[in-house]
Amino acid sequence: MNMPVSGKPPKKLSLKENYALLTRGLGWETSYEPMDKVFPQCDFEGIKIHDWDKWEDPFRLTMDAYWKYQGEKERKLYAIVDAFQQNNGQFNVSDARYINTLKLFLTGVSPLEYSAHRGFAMAGRNFKGAGASIAAQMQSIDELRHAQTQAHTISQYNKFFSGMHDPIHMFDRIWYLSVPKSYFEDAMTAGPFEFVTAISFSFEYVLTNLLFMPFMSGAAFNGDMATVTFGFSAQSDESRHMTLGLEVVKFILEQDPANLPIVQRWLDKWFWRGYRLLTLVSMMMDYMLPKRVMSWSEAWTMYFEQNGGALFNDLARYGVRMPKYHEVATKEKDRLSHEAWSTFYNFTHAAGFHTWIPEESEMKWLSEKYPDSFDKLYRPRMEYWREQQKQGKRFYNKTLPMLCQTCQIPMFFTEPDDPTKICYRESQYRDNKFHFCSDGCKDIFDFEPEKYVQGWLPVHQVYQGNCMRPGTDPTAPGFDPLAELLQYYGFGSDTPGEYLDSQDRKNWEQWTGKPGVST
Amino acid sequence: MPVTDAVFIAFQTNDDTRAIVDAIVEDNAQATVARMPAMVKIDAPGRLVVRRESIEERLGREFDLRELHLNLISLSGNIEESEDEFVLHWGK
Repeated sequence: MNMPVSGKPPKKLSLKENYALLTRGLGWETSYEPMDKVFPQCDFEGIKIHDWDKWEDPFRLTMDAYWKYQGEKERKLYAIVDAFQQNNGQFNVSDARYINTLKLFLTGVSPLEYSAHRGFAMAGRNFKGAGASIAAQMQSIDELRHAQTQAHTISQYNKFFSGMHDPIHMFDRIWYLSVPKSYFEDAMTAGPFEFVTAISFSFEYVLTNLLFMPFMSGAAFNGDMATVTFGFSAQSDESRHMTLGLEVVKFILEQDPANLPIVQRWLDKWFWRGYRLLTLVSMMMDYMLPKRVMSWSEAWTMYFEQNGGALFNDLARYGVRMPKYHEVATKEKDRLSHEAWSTFYNFTHAAGFHTWIPEESEMKWLSEKYPDSFDKLYRPRMEYWREQQKQGKRFYNKTLPMLCQTCQIPMFFTEPDDPTKICYRESQYRDNKFHFCSDGCKDIFDFEPEKYVQGWLPVHQVYQGNCMRPGTDPTAPGFDPLAELLQYYGFGSDTPGEYLDSQDRKNWEQWTGKPGVST
Repeated sequence: MPVTDAVFIAFQTNDDTRAIVDAIVEDNAQATVARMPAMVKIDAPGRLVVRRESIEERLGREFDLRELHLNLISLSGNIEESEDEFVLHWGK
């Protein structure tokens, strides 16, 4: 041991020295196995790294500080979860429609946290530099924490409401959940540099503010003490992850000029993949929060156009430009949530959460937030459906939609310059025709067709007879394909479909004495 | 590159961050504060500094800048961190 001879305690290390010892001293050059065999995935993507010691984590978080502050975050969170449960906090939200955002979150987002835990463990293992490895390892542990805290927190809601009893089973099966699942599997099956560029930079730095800031603030506004707490607790780690993302991109670009075209292509691809994934968030913000904080369009302007724009301005000194098709995303900001919600309204009888037509006061809010699009394009449709519903003819679409081969979202997006015309793109590959929702998704496919032809497209799988429980006989008299599909999804006795007709609404009114629709 | 591009930092709204937000506002003349449900977002053109001493003066105790992690929601900008200052900035 290094006991000082004088008896005086050794001088405390500065933050910089402490971090340097952790991230430089712990790595080593292997002697009896070549480095390339120990790190077999470090080179095949074409990224050239000459000096891993140039890696600088700006947060310089050391292990002692990491465990200390993470422990403190956990204690704060679980104290609040206790209070939430003991005070029946699940009944203090604006109304039971709100809870559908949690169903979507638990089945669509929490499994991604777990995937990120796995992905960063793999990335950490595959980087040759100790600094990058340690950052990835800490993030891997963070992501596991997020998956766990989300399951623990939302479990209280699961005792009272439908759709939250088996998120992992659902994640692997339900049609719209193949969107987040395939997104993350696309990243995890890439190399370690593409993975961290995709997740840490394009998703966490550029796009997750749109989910965790306005949506979590919205959870607070709707009285959901539990969700805002786990959301912001996760987000406190996220700030560190975002910083890792920016550092990764800058580090790669500084190492070799030949890295720029590779990185730019990843930025283009993962911006578009992430943006398409956030379609679900747009409708959560505009339609599913009974009390609204800001519109999707406002959030896009603030967090992508302004904050993201500043980021890309800064990266211009490395030769990086704005991601391809960012201008399409901006053109879509006044229609995205409306097109998405309309689609889920059509297919909600096969979804793990309820949909509904907004109340008149909510339509007024949408008109104000979307003066150029809502009244003209979407309100008439909503009013028509509302009228049909009043006559007992609530519309459900009995067919299955065509999916985009890349993002796996139903093909409901419209032409960038014509919001009244559905956008179709296609490519030929090996005697087959593949369909896409956008130029962005088509480009991604065309660059790596061999990867995307393997996509598990839920609609194809249903029609091929692969979405039934084992032992099911589809030729048996009276076989009901939809009923069987819902059993395969694991919905049990829950009744999906219209919120106004739902057990959730009846229970809410009976248990709380409050109206099922609060506005 | 327009120098007016904003950096930002956002915190949970609570008693811990009240002193932090006050310190930031005092130390960054051009900072603008947006208060939303449960969160506060501070934007500043080009550069924003969080000073340990300013926070300590308000809290009346020692403060390790890494404690910011506990209540941080998000940020944007390149980071320079030392024991005394946490700086967000665009440009080198």
